[in-house]
Formats: sequence, C-alpha cells, structure tokens
Amino acid sequence: MADISISNLIKTYPGGTERATDDVSLHIADGSFTVLLGPSGCGKTTLLRMLAGLELPDSGSISIGGRDVTYLPPNKRNISMVFQSYAVFPHRSVRYNIGFGLQMAKVAKEQIDKKVQWAADLLQLTPYLDRLPAQLSGGQRQRVAVARAIVVDADVLLMDEPLSNLDALLRLNFRSELKKIVQDLGTTTVYVTHDQSEALSLGDQVAVMRKGRIAQLGDPLDVYDAPSDRFVGGFIGSPPMNFVDAAVTPDGELVVGDQRLMAPSLLQSFGNHSIVLGVRAENVSVAKERASGHIAATVLVVEPMGSTILLTVDVEGQTLKVQAPPSFRTAPHQTIWLGFSPNTMRFYDRETSMALEAN
Amino acid sequence: MTVQAPPAPAKAATPVRRRSVPAAVWLIGPSVVFMTLLLGWPVIEGVMQAFRNEQGFTLEFVTRMVQDPYFWPAVRNTLLLIAVMIPIQFAFAIGMALLLRANPRLNKVHFFIWAIPLALSDLAAGLVWLSIFNDRGYLNSALAWLGIEGVSWLAYDNQTTMFICVLIAELWRATSLVLVIVVAGLQGIPKDYDEAAQVFGASFWQRLRHVTLPLLKPSLQVALILRTILAFQTFAVAQALTGQNFPLVVGETYRWYTGLQNPNVAAALALVILAVSMLTSIFYLRALREKTQGGTR
Repeated sequence: MADISISNLIKTYPGGTERATDDVSLHIADGSFTVLLGPSGCGKTTLLRMLAGLELPDSGSISIGGRDVTYLPPNKRNISMVFQSYAVFPHRSVRYNIGFGLQMAKVAKEQIDKKVQWAADLLQLTPYLDRLPAQLSGGQRQRVAVARAIVVDADVLLMDEPLSNLDALLRLNFRSELKKIVQDLGTTTVYVTHDQSEALSLGDQVAVMRKGRIAQLGDPLDVYDAPSDRFVGGFIGSPPMNFVDAAVTPDGELVVGDQRLMAPSLLQSFGNHSIVLGVRAENVSVAKERASGHIAATVLVVEPMGSTILLTVDVEGQTLKVQAPPSFRTAPHQTIWLGFSPNTMRFYDRETSMALEAN
Repeated sequence: MTVQAPPAPAKAATPVRRRSVPAAVWLIGPSVVFMTLLLGWPVIEGVMQAFRNEQGFTLEFVTRMVQDPYFWPAVRNTLLLIAVMIPIQFAFAIGMALLLRANPRLNKVHFFIWAIPLALSDLAAGLVWLSIFNDRGYLNSALAWLGIEGVSWLAYDNQTTMFICVLIAELWRATSLVLVIVVAGLQGIPKDYDEAAQVFGASFWQRLRHVTLPLLKPSLQVALILRTILAFQTFAVAQALTGQNFPLVVGETYRWYTGLQNPNVAAALALVILAVSMLTSIFYLRALREKTQGGTR
C-alpha cells in the first residue's frame, strides 16, 4: 500500500495537437479510492495508463509510496490493473489467469494455490477454476480479471472502466460487490469511469476531468452538491443540474425573467450582475398553488419514474427538469409553482462558468 | 378491385425428376470437376507413372531411385537444411515482427524492405547470391580488399561452405514469408494481453513465452506448415549456387526428368516429397493443436 503523488503531468500523443493531460497534479492518499471521471477524450484513461507505465508523460512526475516511478516500466512498479476488455489470457485456465501475477513474481506454488483459492472464493469462481475463459460469460470473465488483480500484493490497484462491458443489472450488482472487496483489501485504488453514478457510489474522492485537466476534485457528495463549474454540474447527476440565466438587482434580489426569487446573502456582493443559477431537480419544490417566493412555470413533459415524477417545465423561455413526488398530479400546459431553497442554489459566472464565491 | 389468386408457383409444375438433383450438387459440382481435372487426375497419373511399366505394376523405378548414389545425400541435405533453417528462420521472423510492433520510426518502410525477397523469383535470388559467393564474387572481393585470402565457397569438395551458402541464400529469400504471416498474426492479438502481462510483472521474455507466442500459435502453425513444405521443395537457389554438387530432393527430381530423361523415377521422387509434406503437416497440426475454444478472444 502506498500513496500516489502526481505532479504537473503533461502528455501529448504523437501526432496530436491537444494535450491529453494538461499539467495535472493530484495527490491520492494511502488506502483511498479515487475515481477519475469524465467524458470520453478527457484524458482520464491516459492518466491511468501513465500511472501504470503503459504510457510515458512528456513532463511531470509520478511517485508511488515516495518512489519516483515516472519512467519505470510497468513490471517494475508493483501495481495491478483491471482492464476494460478484461484482457484475460484466452489460452490459459481461469486458475492460471488468476495466479499469473504471482507466478511471474516466482511465488512458491503452494502459496499461489492458496491465494488463487482465496480470490476464487471471494469472487465465486471456484467451480470454474479449470475452465478456459472462452467457456465463461462476460461477467465471469470480469470476475477473473478482478481476481487476478487482487491476488497480487500490489501497492496500487488500477481499474479502467471495469464495469462498462457488463449489462445494466450485472453492473449494479457487481458495483457494490467491488466496493466491498476493495474496502476489505484496503489497497490504494484508482478507478476510471465515464459513468457518474459509478463515480459517486464508489469513490472516496472524485476527480472530474475535462480536456486533460481536473475540473473538480473532492468528496463525491461535495462534487454532486456544489459543482465548481457548469461543466461538472452538467456532467454529474441524472438528470444533470439545471442552469437558468438570471440577474441580480442592485439591491441584491434574484430575478429570473420578470419573476423574483428569494436570494441568499451570498449574492449581496454581486449586485447588478448577470449570473447563472444552478439547481438540482430534486431541490426544486413544486406546488399547484401560488406561494410567496415561488415562480410560475409551464409543464411541458410529465415522466413518471416510479419513485418520483420527472417534470420538464418552462420558466420564462428556459427549460428545467424538476422532480415532483409521485402523488403530484399534473399535465402538460398546466401552470405550476416552483420553490427554491437558498442553501441548495448554486451560482455561476455567465462568462467563465465558474462558481461564484462570496468575497 | 378484385384480388386474384396468385398463379401457382412454377416450381410445382416442374417434373419430380428434375428436383432429384439437390442444390448442393450444383454448388460443389464445378469445383469437384476442376479439382478432379487439375489435381486428382495428375496425382493419379503421377502415382501410376512411378509404379507402372509396360508389364504392369513394378517397383523397378523406386528401386532405381533408392539405389542412385545421389538419392540418400539428397535426402540428408534436404532434411539437414530444414532442420537448421526453420528454427533460424522463425527466430528471425518473430524477432523482426516484434521489432516492427514496437512501432519504430519508418516501420512501414522497414516492413516493405523486409518483404522484398517475397517478390523475387527464387532463381533470380539464387543468381544474386551466386554473384556474391562465387570465386570472384563480391564476398571474396571484399575479403581481398581486407587482405584476407578468399575461399572457394561453392567448390564441390567443400560441402560445409556449400551448405552454409545455400542456407544463407534460402534464409534471405524465404524468411519474409514467415515474417508477413507473423506480422499479420501479431496484429490480430489485442494489445491488452501484452499490457496486462506487463502490469502483472512479466519481463520481456516471460511475456514472449507465456503470452505472445501462445497467442501467436495459429499463425505460427500456418507458417510452419507452409515453410516446411516449401523447404522440402528448395530447388532453384541451390541449383543456381551449386548445380549438382549439393543435391536436394527436388533437384534430383529435376535431374531425373530433364537430364536423365526418366519421368518414372522423377515421379517416384515427387511422391516421396508429397508423402513427407503430408506427414509434416499432420505432425504440425497435431503438435500445435489449438486449446482455446471459440477463438482467441
């Protein structure tokens, strides 16, 4: 086990013009579970591959447990990895695949057998130990890949979208199983995904990446609750955060179109500014009757989701998604009233898209 | 508008007799005819030629073949050439393919240059090497320039250097075929396997032994069968370099057919080559049997 320090990592692929990672610095604490999250092409996989030694950076450094590994080959880094494509060797049995890392390290045979048995029990692979990967289902192959990664006593466990090739139900089940396994193992883990729900549910720490940079780094709930810019808010959450163009009057009131909202004290210092209001669907209360501080909206689409009803509404020409309780009855073209609580509203600069901080 | 019943399908009207020839026969018919004419008939003719004279069945030609003083040296030379050449050739081809996979600068150019011998006729290759190895060839000239006295590489009493010359020329000429097959095979192996092996601590040799070569097995099998059969047929290069001095089995066949005007013994020799080629193919197919089910993925 070890911590990871990444500093000023820059990588441009040969022939590429944009930086795959652009001056990334990141500290990953010993034993923590860090998720690199972002859309495709954001540099998250490149960052992981540089940690693994499968790509080398143009400049910057990586150290694992205080040891500089920036330009070390993968087999000298004491890491293990789960690949998106599983990369389970097709010509060898499940038993051999799981024990591969130990065998390469020339561990004694009895020791290998013991650890393989332990991992197979943990991942429910015991009946399949003598099968070839081609005789397993996709989910089982992924379990083999995970078992292979956890039997070696690695400093760092790297996972590259390990769940993305599984079907939805399997993914949900395996996700919690994976979380438990990694928790019990206690190994420093870096996990790459483009699935925001995976990132929120698994990570101790989430690094949201965009265009080779880390847009926001923090506790999953913080990242969800207080996105540092519009990109993060729009990328995380289902539905994504609503963004509404608004303005602050000289006397510190919030105005959307012609309607006024209760403004938190944060906005006092932004009098006479055009801003963007960000709010999550579940933080908007809906009512059929007018109440003070509520603004009027026209229902466009009603989507019952079971536990909630998802409404798409129009406020002064801008579209919002809001969640209503399942008992809420409404229909398109009706007018409803939306309430915002000051402590769940987030505000962004209209030009820079960055979150506004009180100053 | 009235809807009329569609006319009865024409099929029903055809006589039952016609239908008795299944479609499959029509589909494979032409190739069966071609195979019979172009392959089956000549093979049968060849076998008959080797075992028949005017009186009927005979072992006369086989006996003559075996008793010929050049026969056993030719068999020995051919087998020796195969035994030495194939391992070296595969080591070279795999090494070159791995170098290409490392993606060096200009790797397309390297590949192109390495594949050039593939486009060359074997007789031309033999003549090129003759100009290098003959007594006043490029090799001896270079040695003379260095102040070293030349060697008669291709002299009839110098079996060892003759063998080495044929070996080098054949290596140069035929390794590219193995290279092309191995490169194609390597390209079909996803990079992930090699990367996974690296991550789990495998060194270069461990990866080669435990991951790359086993996954390359189907390609190696094809290349081995092709190369061994073709090596049994080594002819033009050796002919150009050594003439009759370094006999090989196909060279003997040629000598019996054109020089000694005896097509019967030539046919018997050709049958020997056929039998040995078939046995090797069966051996390789069994020895390198594919263990994975459902392909490599």
